[in-house]
Amino acid sequence: MNSIVIGRYLPGHSLWHKLDARSKILSTSLFVFSCFMINSWIFMAILVLLEYLVILLTKIPIGYFVKSLKPIFFFILLTFFLQVLFNHQGEILFSLGPIQIYDEGLSLGFFMSVRLIIVVVISTLLTLTTRPSDLTLALESLFKPLGKIGFPVAEIALMISIALRFIPTLFEETQKILKAQASRGVDISEGKFKEKVVQLTSLLVPLFILSFKRADELANAMEVRGYVPGRLRTSINQLSWRISDTVLLLICIGLFIGAIIF
Amino acid sequence: MQITFESVNHVYNARTPMERRALYDIEFDIPSGQFVAIIGHTGSGKSTLIQHMNGLLKPSSGVIRIGEKVIQSTEKNKSLKEIRQHVGLVFQFPEYQLFEETIEKDIMFGPLNYGVSIDEARKRAYDVIQMVGLDAEMLGKSPFNLSGGQMRRVAIAGILAMNPDILVLDEPTAGLDPQGQYEIMEMFNLLNRQYGKTIVLVTHDMDLVARYADEVLVMHQGVLALKGSPEDVFKQIDELKRCGINFPIPAQNYHTFANRLSLSIDKLPLTTEEFVDQVESVLCGRG
Repeated sequence: MNSIVIGRYLPGHSLWHKLDARSKILSTSLFVFSCFMINSWIFMAILVLLEYLVILLTKIPIGYFVKSLKPIFFFILLTFFLQVLFNHQGEILFSLGPIQIYDEGLSLGFFMSVRLIIVVVISTLLTLTTRPSDLTLALESLFKPLGKIGFPVAEIALMISIALRFIPTLFEETQKILKAQASRGVDISEGKFKEKVVQLTSLLVPLFILSFKRADELANAMEVRGYVPGRLRTSINQLSWRISDTVLLLICIGLFIGAIIF
Repeated sequence: MQITFESVNHVYNARTPMERRALYDIEFDIPSGQFVAIIGHTGSGKSTLIQHMNGLLKPSSGVIRIGEKVIQSTEKNKSLKEIRQHVGLVFQFPEYQLFEETIEKDIMFGPLNYGVSIDEARKRAYDVIQMVGLDAEMLGKSPFNLSGGQMRRVAIAGILAMNPDILVLDEPTAGLDPQGQYEIMEMFNLLNRQYGKTIVLVTHDMDLVARYADEVLVMHQGVLALKGSPEDVFKQIDELKRCGINFPIPAQNYHTFANRLSLSIDKLPLTTEEFVDQVESVLCGRG
């Protein structure tokens, strides 16, 4: 259960942790956009270096980021090999029967892999260092202008925060049910396909029932406390924009403009 | 079937920043056919401990013996599945593990996973549903239309149908009405006395401990703090207070009674009968 990094928050006291969630979201987005626009290795090196500095600043062990890459490891490999095998530009490096590897294909393969890795790492960094409640608050505040054209900002923000809130809970429950069914002889790793389907239902049915029950309880709890959708409300956490936020944002805007020009 | 723990340690998330030790050098053995209660404050390691008994968790170091079988940190999952057939574990609120369309199918699920024939599994379902105090006519119904207490019984029946030699129960009575609690505990008692099943009961209810347990294990912060018969364990008042453990109601009552009359306490009564006996002897002694 603890191998999951996505959506997880690690409390900390670094400068990066204390930044306003809005500036973190905006900067991260700009960073990601820049990353997808550039195609020079020098610029990429700058981005990698910047990212590495931020990681050092947060004092989060590198292991977390390695773990966050696990789910997309296959995807990275696929991108790499597709480029290496099917990009026939530049000069042939070597060929083996039908397989021909070109230098540009190889370099582009590496480039795209690095690009994917730093995008995933920077997003992980955002969720690892920002409280989920701050994230939704920031999203709500950033999307506020859309409310003017009838976009249900508050409702969407609430949905996101509830979803985020219940990821760990669902995970815990999955573990619990898995263990309970393992005690009844379920072993997901063995058996024929038909048996596997039954074993999977033994997990999914209880999980659905529990989720509906939870949703029901949550709805009741909200109703009891007088929740009205869309009503203007205050939050226990307030976002505060400081100079450091402006500085970060300016740096990232600079990066972004740089990425467009070069 | 006998359970032996030999200097068992467990560390959650070893070698990560979230590393947390949950069990420290646990050593005990439970002879076949005993009724053992495990008590301890929330977070004392009870749940971690019992999950080692059927191999859901493997020890970080140390050895667990279940009958002839051995569980070590290097154990393969295949042999663990075999152990689970002999050690039935009933989790807290087991009603959440129900999933089949009918009660019968749900009870048969465990036995079928262990290669029992369909006819045999059906026969077992018919037997165990009555054992847990439900009507055999209910077998064809959906488990999701039952009351909470009935669902609990069906879930327990699902474990009993696997015919385990050892039953490990994590607070099986939590949230049941008093009558339901009594019936379920009497059933476990019967399984113990009549069918010779070894029973390991995790509970916060000291009255159950006093009434049913042959042996008590007290857990405190991942350490096995005390072990002995209920009489011996409940004698160690200071140690129990340190572990944050209450006394059975009769013992609490007697404590108040003795204080009121300024009597010295040499033995706390654990059950109502003992309480009455002791009060009687005090009153008669005074004449």
